[in-house]
Amino acid sequence: MAIVDNIGTALSGSGGSVILTSVDKLVDWSRGQSLWAFPMGTACCAMELIAASFNKFDFDRLGTFPRPDPRHTDVMILAGTITEKMKPAVKLLYDQMPEPKWVVAMGNCTVSGGIFYYDTYSVVRGADTFLPIDVYIAGCPPRPESLQDGIIQLRELVREESIAPGKRHERKTLLPRKGEGAGDAL
Amino acid sequence: MSPHDVRHHLAELSPQLDARISDHFEDVVIEVGSANLLQTASELLELGFDRLGMVTAVDTGDDFEMVYRVTSRSLSCSAFVKTRVGRIEPRVASLCPVWPAANWQEREVWDLFGIHFTGHPDMRRILLPEEWPGWPLRKDYDDPNVIRRPDYI
Ligand code: SF4
Repeated sequence: MAIVDNIGTALSGSGGSVILTSVDKLVDWSRGQSLWAFPMGTACCAMELIAASFNKFDFDRLGTFPRPDPRHTDVMILAGTITEKMKPAVKLLYDQMPEPKWVVAMGNCTVSGGIFYYDTYSVVRGADTFLPIDVYIAGCPPRPESLQDGIIQLRELVREESIAPGKRHERKTLLPRKGEGAGDAL
Repeated sequence: MSPHDVRHHLAELSPQLDARISDHFEDVVIEVGSANLLQTASELLELGFDRLGMVTAVDTGDDFEMVYRVTSRSLSCSAFVKTRVGRIEPRVASLCPVWPAANWQEREVWDLFGIHFTGHPDMRRILLPEEWPGWPLRKDYDDPNVIRRPDYI
């Protein structure tokens, strides 16, 4: 996205805000149409992620298809239980993804720890304890349709971004984080 | 050799290994002292028990019981080997020299029960991070981070 970022800098430098709005729309539309996914499948939810990618549900028609290399991808789909041992690896792979990047938490385990919330010593209670999550998809496991719905919702978020450096929106989260109010009770 | 012959052969070996032989459904159960474990294992391999399917431990409260399940494809039968180890600094001989499949399974037992296997080529934790405190599958393990399930769920 380096070229796109340079367009943004150049255009905002010349004060062309009207043109930039259109460019913004075009860029955001194209970004939303091809969100390449990094499938971070760590447990059973990965099966539904795989099912979503193949011919019956056909993720490709939404422009989302799995790439095994984090450096090629825009969105990380966290599918599965994240254990304490896996956490550093997930973080490392997230860090390797180029900006702009988004994260989808698929399944109860990545949302909150799921069925492993209670009485478990080795499971991370929710991926949002260490990564910024953009879309949460509930279910154990969610059906492929839910995942695709989640990606379509993510497009809405993607369309809020601007390529102009000064106008870039802060990363929004749909749910409050731990330590920011509503999540405190947990 | 039929399963009957295997039992017979094991019964002959038992005084030499100081072992107790009993039956558990289809399987033979061989209980030995931890000093004779390695020798028992080599005898079983010699007999034709060439596959180590499972290594685990049981926390009985007073001590630990090591449980090994071995099967033989040529004899079509399986056996359990059991041995007891004390609770304080538990140590038992590694069976890696006999069945290489023991390697990762013994690491798992070390990881979760803290039973040290002497002679193991690579005694590290396998499932938990290296710096994890304590041994989670012991009955007296207490982790402050665990959230207990409320009664009403
Ligand atoms: S949410 Fe359910 S299906 Fe998904 S990883 Fe957790 S236990 Fe497995």
